[in-house]
Amino acid sequence: MLEFLRRPRTRAQARAAIILLAVLLAVLPFLVEAGLSRSWVRVLDFALLYVILALGLNIVVGYAGLLDLGFVAFYALGAYLYAWLASPHFGLHLPFWAILPLGATLAGVFGVLLGAPTLRLRGDYLAIVTLGFGEIIRIFMNNLNAPVNITNGPQGINLIDPVTIAGISFGKTQQLFGITFSSAHFYYYLFLAFTLVTVFIAYRLQDSRIGRAWAAIREDEVAAAAMGINTRNIKLLAFAMGAVFGGVAGGLFAAFQGFISPESFTLWESILILCMIVLGGMGHIPGVILGAVLLTVLPEALRYLGDWQRAAVGEVVVDPGDLRMLLFGVALVLMMIYRPEGLIPSRQRKREFHAEDGVAAQEQASLYDSRA
Amino acid sequence: MAALLSVNAVSKRFGGIVALDDVTLTVQEGEIYGLIGPNGAGKTTLFNCMTGLYGVSRGEIMLDGKPIHNRKPHLIVEQGFARTFQNIRLFANMTALENVLVGRHVRTRAGVFGAVLRDADTRAEEAASRERARALLDFVGLANKGRTLAGHLAYGEQRRLEIARALATEPRLLALDEPVAGMNPAERRQMAELFLRLRAQGVTLLLIEHDVKLVMGLCDRVAVLDYGRKIAEGTPGAVRSDPAVIAAYLGTEAAA
Repeated sequence: MLEFLRRPRTRAQARAAIILLAVLLAVLPFLVEAGLSRSWVRVLDFALLYVILALGLNIVVGYAGLLDLGFVAFYALGAYLYAWLASPHFGLHLPFWAILPLGATLAGVFGVLLGAPTLRLRGDYLAIVTLGFGEIIRIFMNNLNAPVNITNGPQGINLIDPVTIAGISFGKTQQLFGITFSSAHFYYYLFLAFTLVTVFIAYRLQDSRIGRAWAAIREDEVAAAAMGINTRNIKLLAFAMGAVFGGVAGGLFAAFQGFISPESFTLWESILILCMIVLGGMGHIPGVILGAVLLTVLPEALRYLGDWQRAAVGEVVVDPGDLRMLLFGVALVLMMIYRPEGLIPSRQRKREFHAEDGVAAQEQASLYDSRA
Repeated sequence: MAALLSVNAVSKRFGGIVALDDVTLTVQEGEIYGLIGPNGAGKTTLFNCMTGLYGVSRGEIMLDGKPIHNRKPHLIVEQGFARTFQNIRLFANMTALENVLVGRHVRTRAGVFGAVLRDADTRAEEAASRERARALLDFVGLANKGRTLAGHLAYGEQRRLEIARALATEPRLLALDEPVAGMNPAERRQMAELFLRLRAQGVTLLLIEHDVKLVMGLCDRVAVLDYGRKIAEGTPGAVRSDPAVIAAYLGTEAAA
């Protein structure tokens, strides 16, 4: 969908493509509701939420090359902060525009707190430590219900306030300008706005002094330091920036669901978000967006497998839940074998995986063998 | 001429191995200073100590009168001391221009807000950086390679790109670790000519080199390391006839 935007032949064509895309995005929830069902509009909302999360993690993993398996911790922090400040749990009911910046800040601070002890770690070791951090946050949320009830433990926090803008509560179905908007429709537009801002920030960061410093660290940390980059600060900045997007997405998630519990923030979520990045094309924004949308929508679509089985052989032979995960796994394995650079990789990453001319590849291999 | 870099009684140990033993040397402002010695003599170790990649076990290193030993590499770069690597360490999957732009990092200020908002200051800084980076690519003879990935450049071009990247940090002292290794005579002459142009621009050069002919023809002064010790220092002519140097390179029998 975004592919044709990348190579517009003329300025007019580019403008037409953008207008077309804008109109499509504007009417998409109504098309989906008419064509499929209202629950699919909710799937769409989740797809946007995962786009924000994936673009956030992409800053850490794709730009700076730091393998972070605990990203869900920041999502959890944003969600819990929203729940604490806008639910009967503590009797606080702050508006969402006040909570989201707080959630973003809290997540950013925790991003630095996680980053600081891991600065000397790379690759597998970094992955293990961040994985542990993600689990620590989840276990805290699970157990901080005694002696003082902060998180309400495994029961989670319920009755979280929906987002309210200009007196319109996003929590219920309403008529506006003669059109019926359900809760899922309202959140679609809210999430879409946040997604567009995230995409904009991600692009701007990538093509900047900071973005180049992240890329340099990803390529060769020693050389980056020897070229004057304060690797400690720049890595912490990557953790903090990624965490900020996680925190915002968490707040949006809490408002949208109205209920959160530690179960929503397991290791599986972290891995799923990482898969979105890897599947779509690490470090490349259109790829990451596609990865997030596909991995949110496809598992939902595969739920119909049960119906198809019943139609084909008259009974459900394999539980659609199991089959769904099996197909999901097979798809990922096939991807890693046949297209390891992702569905829409950046030009550079494609070259990393398929060096075009043999001489350049050989030369590169021999020159970089001796790297520490 | 004043001392730009002084290394005072520096020792470096790795466990039980003494890689540098009480090395003292001084680089004057504006000169081309050569560091030679057999394989394993400790030349690169000394470079790594100077540029902050290693800490020193003992002794001190001063740049322009300020201590730089045991400091973070980026702070040393900020003080005006840049380097290249013996085994080229470019950012292989970034373009040549981007590589040089990374070198501009230390002389620019734009942060996250500048990057996202792209205000007038940030745009001006970015434009100046790009202009400077293009000029540096031109200076090292890579003017039309800006959009090529560093990993796709030919070997000699990669060496020159590393120099351009280091120059982008605006160094007063540039340390080059075997910059002509693996080059043919024509390329070596081009590199030597580049070094002279650099010196003319006021950059002091510190050179590790195996090519004795190049070192002798180019350097104002030379120090010889052997087994982590400085065994000679002086003009190329004097060092060449030093018996200790001949012994180190050819063995004691030849010197006798």
